[in-house]
Amino acid sequence: MATEVHSLQELRRSASLATKVFVQRDYSDGTTCQFQTKFPPELESRIERHLFEETVKTLNGFYAEAEKIGGSSYLEGCLACTTAYFIFLCMETHYEKVLKKISKYIQEQNEKIYAPRGLLLTDPLERGMRVMILSKAQIEISIYEDRCSSGSSSSGSSSSSSGGGGGGVGGR
Amino acid sequence: MKDCEYSQISTHSSSSPMESPHKKKKSAPKRKWEVFPGRNKFFCNGRIMMARQTGVFYLTLVLILVTSGLFFAFDCPYLSEKITPAIPAIGGILFFFVMGTLLRTSFSDPGVLPRATPDEAADLERQIDIANGSSSGGYRPPPRTKEVIINGQTVKLKYCFTCKIFRPPRASHCSLCDNCVERFDHHCPWVGNCVGKRNYRFFYMFILSLSFLTVFIFAFVITHVILRSQQTGFLNALKDSPARYPFTETNSRSFTVLEAVVCFFSVWSIVGLSGFHTYLISSNQTTNEDIKGSWSNKRGKENYNPYSYGNIFTNCCAALCGPLSPSLIDRRGFIQPDTPQLAGPSNGITMYGATQSQSNMCDQDQCIQSTKFVLQAAATPLLQSEPSITSEELPLPGKTTISGPCATLTLGQPTPPSSMPNLTSDTGLTDMIPLEEEHEGHQFLTPEEAPSPPGMLPSGSPITHSHTMHVLSLASQDSLHEDSVRGLVKLSSV
Repeated sequence: MATEVHSLQELRRSASLATKVFVQRDYSDGTTCQFQTKFPPELESRIERHLFEETVKTLNGFYAEAEKIGGSSYLEGCLACTTAYFIFLCMETHYEKVLKKISKYIQEQNEKIYAPRGLLLTDPLERGMRVMILSKAQIEISIYEDRCSSGSSSSGSSSSSSGGGGGGVGGR
Repeated sequence: MKDCEYSQISTHSSSSPMESPHKKKKSAPKRKWEVFPGRNKFFCNGRIMMARQTGVFYLTLVLILVTSGLFFAFDCPYLSEKITPAIPAIGGILFFFVMGTLLRTSFSDPGVLPRATPDEAADLERQIDIANGSSSGGYRPPPRTKEVIINGQTVKLKYCFTCKIFRPPRASHCSLCDNCVERFDHHCPWVGNCVGKRNYRFFYMFILSLSFLTVFIFAFVITHVILRSQQTGFLNALKDSPARYPFTETNSRSFTVLEAVVCFFSVWSIVGLSGFHTYLISSNQTTNEDIKGSWSNKRGKENYNPYSYGNIFTNCCAALCGPLSPSLIDRRGFIQPDTPQLAGPSNGITMYGATQSQSNMCDQDQCIQSTKFVLQAAATPLLQSEPSITSEELPLPGKTTISGPCATLTLGQPTPPSSMPNLTSDTGLTDMIPLEEEHEGHQFLTPEEAPSPPGMLPSGSPITHSHTMHVLSLASQDSLHEDSVRGLVKLSSV
């Protein structure tokens, strides 16, 4: 059975390496988690400026909410302190709740806005809150081994073109 | 298109079905703590994280447990009778608090920053090179720094060569644990861990409650001795003991003396430390910053702490009652193969999921390789490849001799591209790495590369070639041709 997966997968990887846009952290506010809203030039042709900026601003807002020092966080802190922090074993912290909201938001943004433009936004939490990655799905050709065919070297491949968000196209 | 799945280039058999890249032959999927690159020890399947040297931590535990135990056993009975039973009760609460906060401090993640993935590091390098406009010489370039203005104060962000990131403000690299830690305070051998953003409050509560406990025990031990001496005379108090106590006189008295001595010495150091940290908290500084004098006036009149909220109360609340950020290193997560992250799209889309990848290729290098494959594919008419030459079971990715300088992962070298993982678990190193990094299957060099006839390949170096060998006993020129065309298409998109 032919196994032909590979060169294109590798090339896909190389392509994708070149097509990741890193949005770095903005430390001008101190140690709070904020991302730079400056529009990366590599995305010029891919997505409208205001959409990107809106996404980043909303995310920044979420993070600010998570890290907000106010009445409720004090209560939580004091309560936790009095129980020698054992309460964290049962309860989810406010920060974690907001993080869940964030990942939902990111998923929603991906589905609605980024995927149709051939982009993928990753959750910064996976990168240690250092960076937000927008990966471009260019000619992402991946070849799937078609197990059903025997003897021939046919393989299915699918591609997602940069403009379309659609499904795969049959291979050869 | 049915049953589409990535096929890992199986180097071993032409007849056996291709393995799913998600399956490991031997071991279960590994958790991330098992391949954690820092020098930490993990227990309870990743739930507990400590520094490598934990001897002093055990000493701390022993001191606290023994002293408190002796107090409860020898002094509390007398005191609760003579004075009030509230004494052992309060002592118990304090003890419970001390142990809880100690364990929390020692076992939790201090705020370790995960190391940069290779593509992030590559991107940063690129940006630095652009910024410096320098050509890479043979020497190590000067330390890289970025300046940022925080609250009107210029702060220099340093580049960490180990973790390959620009450290956020207030982060520092702990040389003992070999990790960058956020809001790094210090590495405390007594608790066997670094003290950083996530466990600073536990640490502070620990030393605060411990100072109360030591003062408490010391005070009541002295009270005990005094009360006894009033009854029976001072020297006798150190010797005699009422018969009703089950312990021998000498034992009881010597334990009391022991407790007093331990507490006496502890009180000075622990109370002193608590006072110091109270000062740090109220001015919102870390031990690290204080030692270096980062915000002291001596550096300049304009030097002030940009992180301080201005008033003591807010600083304290922020440090102790502020939100607790989650651990960034996800110790118990499973190491994922490189899968597309987008849930919705149909099967066909293969967006490059930006999961953590230990992709170890530089893009320029990829281009070189891709070009080479295509050329080779064009050059070699028929592929005849041997089945895997490798003796290794696992098709670890590696680079062929054609491959460029970026080969960082080769068979037999069980190290991830970026750093040597310090495994604390006993899993064999050879089993480790890339094993979970299934996406590396995707890096396998392809038929295009394999074309060099087997004769050219030293059969003794499974490392470089085996996995690129295809099971192409069926390889036809057609497929090669197809692939080379695809390769060309691909190249054009890079």
